[in-house]
Amino acid sequence: MSRLGERLHALRGEGRKALNTYVVAGDPHPEVTVPALHALVRGGADMIELGVPFSDPEAEGPAIQAGMERALRHRVSLAGTLDMARAFRTDDVDTPIILMGYLNPFLRMGYDVFCERAAAVGVDGVIAVNLPPEEAVDFRTSLSAQGMDLVLLVAPTTTVERAAYIASEASGFIYYVSYRGVTGAHRADAEAVAARLDELRSVAAELPVLVGFGIKDGPSAARIAPHADGVVVGTVLVETMGEGAAADIPGRLEAQVREIRQALDAA
Amino acid sequence: MSNRPPYEAPTPEGRFGDYGGRFVAETLSHALDELTRLYAEVSADPDFHRELMKELGDYVGRPTPLYCAERLAAHAGGARIYLKREDLNHTGAHKINNTVGQAMLASRMGKTRLIAETGAGQHGVATATVAARLGLECRVYMGAEDIARQSINVYRMKLLGAEVAPVNSGSRTLKDAMNEAMRDWVTNVEDTHYIIGSVAGPHPYPMLVRDFQAVIGVEARAQCLEAEGRLPDLLVACVGGGSNAMGLFHPFVDDDGVDMVGVEAGGEGLATGRHAAPLNAGIPGVLHGSRTYLMDDADGQINETHSISAGLDYPGVGPEHAYWKDLGRARYTSVTDDEALGAFRVLNRTEGIMPALESSHAVAWALDEAARRPAKDLIIVNLSGRGDKDIHTVAGIDGIEV
Repeated sequence: MSRLGERLHALRGEGRKALNTYVVAGDPHPEVTVPALHALVRGGADMIELGVPFSDPEAEGPAIQAGMERALRHRVSLAGTLDMARAFRTDDVDTPIILMGYLNPFLRMGYDVFCERAAAVGVDGVIAVNLPPEEAVDFRTSLSAQGMDLVLLVAPTTTVERAAYIASEASGFIYYVSYRGVTGAHRADAEAVAARLDELRSVAAELPVLVGFGIKDGPSAARIAPHADGVVVGTVLVETMGEGAAADIPGRLEAQVREIRQALDAA
Repeated sequence: MSNRPPYEAPTPEGRFGDYGGRFVAETLSHALDELTRLYAEVSADPDFHRELMKELGDYVGRPTPLYCAERLAAHAGGARIYLKREDLNHTGAHKINNTVGQAMLASRMGKTRLIAETGAGQHGVATATVAARLGLECRVYMGAEDIARQSINVYRMKLLGAEVAPVNSGSRTLKDAMNEAMRDWVTNVEDTHYIIGSVAGPHPYPMLVRDFQAVIGVEARAQCLEAEGRLPDLLVACVGGGSNAMGLFHPFVDDDGVDMVGVEAGGEGLATGRHAAPLNAGIPGVLHGSRTYLMDDADGQINETHSISAGLDYPGVGPEHAYWKDLGRARYTSVTDDEALGAFRVLNRTEGIMPALESSHAVAWALDEAARRPAKDLIIVNLSGRGDKDIHTVAGIDGIEV
């Protein structure tokens, strides 16, 4: 089992909910990223989703678009993201790292080259926002050859039949998108999510389900958590990255994550 | 006749060879499945076809003429040139062939709201027009830079009752407008139909936009046979996303003797990097839902493009053109901003026709090519739109304020 699978399995065994935290690599400055990742872990993150900057992030709301633009100003792309993952790994060999991005940078590097390099620096999986399972065969083959997971998304508009198909093609976990829209647009609606998650679990077998989009703080995380294996928090952390002095970003991130962690554990 | 089987693409998955497909966020998969299913249904429905032809006749003003441009040809000195007059369509460009068809699909799906992206504003105007005609809500996304250079079309859309949403992200041009339209669609997919304006985007769009635009080639083929008793030797059209070119070319795909040339925007010259010619200077990648030739950097980030014509200022191209480039079924070349402007002026002076700057690219290349060919050769150029919208741009270059 992969580092990601082991972590999620262990959390399930302990009856704890996974807290997956997203920031964009190189945002607001390449030197801030690695200290920020360690701060996420200190605050209580179980895993890290590291956003790969892309010029045309068609599923992101304004906050994450702005984060990607800040990173791109420093010319941070996929290669730079891998460098940051490597630097993080020198001090943390346990926390799973998933790269989340859009397909073209991966395609440009080449699936096999990317997968070799990513495995070598300790990346555990990939989420490609614009890669549905029908188009994912080649990438998944390269990823699994290196023991990495391909996490797939399920949306509110996904039919049950299709969700079953997606679950059969996914590994690591299933990322359930809580609402129709771009990142950061709304708050997740716990009732609507609960109804879909029961259905999703019935087809997802052993695969954990994490819920993202619209989880902004402790209370919203605590409302969703009982229905899922964990939550993903992104936009509000990227907003923190974009505000105030770079020097105190790690401290503010850590406090923000801790508040969510405590609410999750109390839920 | 060759023995090869008739051309058939895309596959049921939307692939044109290695290109096309459906690279979208999962939220959109269901809507694309629905659209594919509905389109298969209406394609086989004679009532839909009849209704579409009636709309194209009564509302759009089809068929458009195939006009023998004698003075233009004399200016070039060589082959004869026919112009397919898509500029004479209602709203002044070929774009409305597609918006009429897609609006009929939207109505059948019970959608009450239309969205679109636009570069030069022609597709935005064509979408706003059919929305007004059907009483649907309409929002058009347009890059802030394009809003500045296409102010007439912006105002037209507003007069038609559409909301024009400026896009300030990225390069503030067509690609960014398309990103924003995708974001809207992800959010409002239940009641909204996204009318993509080119043969680009995820399956089934490249196929259905091609089919709605194929009326151009179907007419031109019959008109040429009628006027000349034979097929043309060469078809020429400009290529941004490639809808007017595919609309003209596709009905000739199995006519082996008919050559096809797509003309991309060479901007300030391919060597400068400031252009919008992915088929000439790009490599395959994935953007806006399909795999196709793109202009990106070594990191896979999409490059900013440049063209004097907003409608060609796009870093990707329809996947079927990518396929045809690899097959060799069509050739793809480019002309610069200056060459396009030159052709704009020549067509005004020789024929009394003001072409869009987009279409002027096709005219420019055809003029050069006509000069190299004998008088017996027949060239059809797709005059995809009229140039009224570009008067400000050209006047600005001439140092005149209008």
